[in-house]
Amino acid sequence: MSALAPRLKAALALFVLMALVPPLVTALGDPFLTVVANRMLVFAIAALSLDLILGYGAMVSFGHAAYLGFGAYAVALGARWGVSDLLAQILLGMAMSAGFALVTGAISLRTKGVYFIMITLAFAQMAYFFFVAQSSLGGDDGVALQARSSLLGVSLEGDLALYYVTLGALVAIYAGLYRLTGSRFGRVLKGTRENALRMQAMGYRPFPYQLIAYVIAACLCSVAGVLLANLTEYVSPAYMGWHRSGELIVMLVFGGIGTLTGAVAGALVAVGLEEVLAIFSDHWRLGFGLVLVLVVLFSPDGLTGLAKRLGIGGSKDV
Amino acid sequence: MSELLEIRDLRKSFGALAVTDGVSLSVAEGELHAVIGPNGAGKTTLIAQLSGQLSPDSGLVLYDGEDITHLDMATRVRRGLARSFQITALLPGMSVLENVALAVQARSGSSFRFWRDAGDEEITNAQARVALEEVGLADRASVLASALSHGEQRQLELAVALATKPRLLLLDEPLAGTGGQEAERLIALMQRLKSRLTIVLIEHDMDAVFQLADRVSVLVYGAIAATGSPEAVRADPAVRAAYLGEGA
Repeated sequence: MSALAPRLKAALALFVLMALVPPLVTALGDPFLTVVANRMLVFAIAALSLDLILGYGAMVSFGHAAYLGFGAYAVALGARWGVSDLLAQILLGMAMSAGFALVTGAISLRTKGVYFIMITLAFAQMAYFFFVAQSSLGGDDGVALQARSSLLGVSLEGDLALYYVTLGALVAIYAGLYRLTGSRFGRVLKGTRENALRMQAMGYRPFPYQLIAYVIAACLCSVAGVLLANLTEYVSPAYMGWHRSGELIVMLVFGGIGTLTGAVAGALVAVGLEEVLAIFSDHWRLGFGLVLVLVVLFSPDGLTGLAKRLGIGGSKDV
Repeated sequence: MSELLEIRDLRKSFGALAVTDGVSLSVAEGELHAVIGPNGAGKTTLIAQLSGQLSPDSGLVLYDGEDITHLDMATRVRRGLARSFQITALLPGMSVLENVALAVQARSGSSFRFWRDAGDEEITNAQARVALEEVGLADRASVLASALSHGEQRQLELAVALATKPRLLLLDEPLAGTGGQEAERLIALMQRLKSRLTIVLIEHDMDAVFQLADRVSVLVYGAIAATGSPEAVRADPAVRAAYLGEGA
């Protein structure tokens, strides 16, 4: 346990820092930044969920944003059916995600490597075009929400309330995944990542473990989708396009794969970088790409690798 | 003599090449049965079919009187049929202890446990340490498997196989790439193991084979050319022509 403490400490520091953001930016006279920071937290949840399958399970999904979309559409559907409670919407989002992940995951896991990447991309695009075709949900344009959800009767209309609910969700999901990846189940997942044939020679059948991890990651990502819809008060198929899936992978590369803490750090930095670069130029993606190239060239393990080399801690979980 | 493993007319072809061409073989409970043969004789392919990694085209594999020809690898391991790999196949990014603990975990209790820290399981770790002790790697428990020397990785291969608590151990060239002291330590280990396990040993090191084996089968072009005691096999003229004459 003690060997893992550094990355836990690093994560804790990040969470405390993020908890201090709203009062800080309000004091600085720019409360809008709370919304930006909230966006960081939402994507931190999505990146964390992807880290479970990509980092720990070596399942490179290029369709993970689909579950961001299922979560968001759970809010839109909930609003239409008069369900405004956040937990109910999360349940709905999880149910849709679990169903989709169970079926598409069972098929996708028959493939490996590049084929897995392509088949997850294809399934996510099918979900994308399904929602594009739903004219009652705004089709391609999406649909604006009348109001934000409420949590146990408390409205999340205020930016602060939504912010701290998002932070709470992030901390809970981080803690859950930290336990999960250290458990028996997590060990089997990691072992399969290292060498699937060896795991079979120990008496394991990797498939059910991989599929369950795939479904868990999908459900957790849909929580990010529910929160994203509430943040933007808008739901559209763009949330689940393949660009978005690619961005989630980029966040993991930024932060370092298979460490959980790296996923959080990567999402914070990627969203922050996007905001900062966008101030300077409409062509901010150019600068973003340049930073990504530099990270991959000079710190292949992302920010966690960099922190480790600087002696700050954040060791890779092995 | 009771047979633990019986192979009947096993055949496997890759295209036009019959890699296993009607192999019949029986291994008695408690014996160490070595399979030798020149390169390309089909030894590793034979092990792959015994362990469930490959499915034969025809023929039967009986284990403890039961037909296991079409069972998958995981099921066979759970029934006590473990193997080691010729090319070291470990979990490189995990510690030595974790490599073995995963093998212990596979046979003790459910792995669908999502919360409790697996590293804190004292019973699992204790059993893993016993296996490490057995192969002489106890003091390397917390090192990453990828950081071990080649010889140590061969030892870890054996520890992982032992941790599955096998009745029958299939060893695919456990001495490959080792020499001197490393090889001697592994041979001494196999000497100890043969008193309590049934072992099928594929090995190129003839000194080791003749030192360890109760019986030896010679595989040439996918078929058994001779089976018998080490002395009888060594004296068999057909074997000398096909194999030993090559310079062993």
